[in-house]
Amino acid sequence: MLGKTANGLFWMYRYLERAENIARLIETGQRIALTRLGDSDAEWRSVLESAAVWPGYQAQHEELTKETAIDYLLRARDNPSSVMSCIAQARHNARLVRTAITGEVWEATNAAYMTAHDALARRVSERDLPGVLGTIRQHTALVRGMTHGTMLRNEIYDFARIGTFLERADNTARILDVKYYVLLPSARAVGTSLDNVQWETILRSVSARGGFRMEYGGRAGPREITQFLILDKRMPRSLAFCASKLRDNLRYLGTGDSGTAPSLQKVNHMERMYLSHEVDAIFDYGLHDFIQKMLDLLADLSRQIEVDYRFYE
Amino acid sequence: MTDTQIFDEMWGSDDSLRAPYQKFHDWFGAEDAARLRAKQREAEELFRLTGITFNVYGRAEAEERLIPFDIIPRIISGAEWLRLSRGIEQRVRALNAFLADIYGGQEIIKAGRLPAEMIARNEAFLPHMIGVAPPGDVYTHIVGIDLVRTGPGEFYVLEDNARTPSGVSYMLENRETMLQMFPELFSQNRVQPVQTYPADLHRSLAACAPAATTGDPVVAVLTPGIYNSAYFEHAFLADQMGVELVEGHDLRIVDGRVAMRTTRGYTPIDVLYRRVDDDFLDPLNFNPDSQLGVAGIMDVYRAGGITIANAPGTGIADDKAIYSYMPEIVEFYTGERPLLENVPTWRCSEPEALAYVLDNLSELVVKEVHGSGGYGMLIGPTATKKDLAAFRKKLRARPGNYIAQPTLSLSTVPIFSRAGLTPRHVDLRPFVLVSPEGIRVTPGGLTRVALKKGSLVVNSSQGGGTKDTWVLEE
Repeated sequence: MLGKTANGLFWMYRYLERAENIARLIETGQRIALTRLGDSDAEWRSVLESAAVWPGYQAQHEELTKETAIDYLLRARDNPSSVMSCIAQARHNARLVRTAITGEVWEATNAAYMTAHDALARRVSERDLPGVLGTIRQHTALVRGMTHGTMLRNEIYDFARIGTFLERADNTARILDVKYYVLLPSARAVGTSLDNVQWETILRSVSARGGFRMEYGGRAGPREITQFLILDKRMPRSLAFCASKLRDNLRYLGTGDSGTAPSLQKVNHMERMYLSHEVDAIFDYGLHDFIQKMLDLLADLSRQIEVDYRFYE
Repeated sequence: MTDTQIFDEMWGSDDSLRAPYQKFHDWFGAEDAARLRAKQREAEELFRLTGITFNVYGRAEAEERLIPFDIIPRIISGAEWLRLSRGIEQRVRALNAFLADIYGGQEIIKAGRLPAEMIARNEAFLPHMIGVAPPGDVYTHIVGIDLVRTGPGEFYVLEDNARTPSGVSYMLENRETMLQMFPELFSQNRVQPVQTYPADLHRSLAACAPAATTGDPVVAVLTPGIYNSAYFEHAFLADQMGVELVEGHDLRIVDGRVAMRTTRGYTPIDVLYRRVDDDFLDPLNFNPDSQLGVAGIMDVYRAGGITIANAPGTGIADDKAIYSYMPEIVEFYTGERPLLENVPTWRCSEPEALAYVLDNLSELVVKEVHGSGGYGMLIGPTATKKDLAAFRKKLRARPGNYIAQPTLSLSTVPIFSRAGLTPRHVDLRPFVLVSPEGIRVTPGGLTRVALKKGSLVVNSSQGGGTKDTWVLEE
């Protein structure tokens, strides 16, 4: 398989994952604004921060309003992480790797693009927003389903999965990075209603409310949420889960003749040193420092994968 | 060449239904126009979804466009095809022999059948190829012969495409679309298959592997990249053959072989089906600014380390000035009379020809010797006075740059329009594969159709469409 193709697959699936994550962040932000449970403007700022586009937004807009924030996240061409930009990038990469993906995956990706392109041609009204976000989510889910149902389990699939889980881990870590302060033990053991809203926001942002309820019932506290989002190995968006998938897929790729690939060593190190402890150890380390460390490690892992598998040279 | 009556492939010249269209006609008569209109829209949706698009040069805003597809098939009888395919095979044999000779002993020039300056002063002649014997002695692995029809048995070769003919993906996707939309038509008519083309192409390329090959030949398709107008086709063919689609920056010379960068290091390529022009193939040997090729590939090629398909320098054979000598070329190398006719051609480099062309400009088609895609040509009968005057100037300034041909009354085939079946002019590009195992002409090819009433310009870049082309079993 060509290094260029591995690169294209990696980014195709990173962008698809990102499109979904951004759509989910918009949904969460909108919900908070509508239920008037929190400070809406502050919430949009943290949504933009979680999406890692706050500096870009500030460069374009003087004011922070709900409408401009949603439009920037959803459609802005000058925002490389807007839902539209992500889907266009995913399709561009799919065209580049057209020979590696099945016809079904390509057509699903192309259909996602065409649908998003039509739905996002104009500013989306508040009334249409839930429908538009739902449609986009269905289409990206279709690409995921076609990938799962029609692609050979070979190295092509491995790179698709690696892109998916790197992006997902990065996304979960960013949400935690923006909201870490509401999870600190210094916050009250029994949350105020404001704390409860914040906790729910975090869970919503990673589609984890149902899973969390199933696991912890009503005992929602910062310690449990931290445990769930970072260390739970069954929660598909937790850092530990993503790391284990990255490890598996890097191991399937193998290394040929030169021993363990540096990228696999790095993900092993990440799991052993940071994701195999009790949640208290994370609080002892310092939650914010821990999350910063995870973001650094993920970025470093991404660079190492590029080198190990000759994405560029 | 008749200029009295236009020949329609369904209705002939006298409004009597021709045999190959009989069953289609019965089917069409029982169809409902609204259903067919819905099918036409469905076809467009299918094309859009599969992403069969082409990029129009110099139009960034319309990055990807669909070529209009018409649902009415063009139908050719088995007997008609047999005659045609024999003529095509003969012509392609001659083209390869011509190239071997031109880059070898140049016997045709010594025999006085072709003026020496046609080669020596031709920009398409590639001195790097002198004395190079391509693997399997094949120069043109893939050829597209553009044909037009003017009567029941009258076919003319309009152009030979011996460099990197494109359009085969449309031939294949048009058939797929028709199979999906009108399965019953294929039960009623016995249509010869085209679907084996990718497998045939792969086998044909592999059969031309160079001496350096060990094991199964590794084939790859070289594309200029995602922004090239034919990128879809490059990806499509690589996908259908199950080979890698590479760009220049994926390749480098390793141990005297051209190798591609894989996730596990560099792997040698044996046969490169390149869709990059000669000029851009090798920045060391040709255009030094090229980012699209591989530095040093020509040296590997000359040393027998790789097969390049089509071989560099094949442009000399499809040059429009050489075209006018094709009857002589076919006779010289095959010892047979040409089975396919050439369109009579005036070479404007010759003073008497130029004088004739200038006098009769409003009745002629004038083409640039090196042009393609329908750009830079003049169609006399439909040109304005201003156009004609402008072209006269160009002709006087650089006569050697032009050839002229009579305006043929191209045959028509019905398209499906609001008014029902409406005749439109067509041409045909059959695709030919050449290997040491033989010459294979895929039954059918790409029919291009001028969608505007009366128009003779079928190029997709100028508003032409395509049709599925059927060759019936006998």
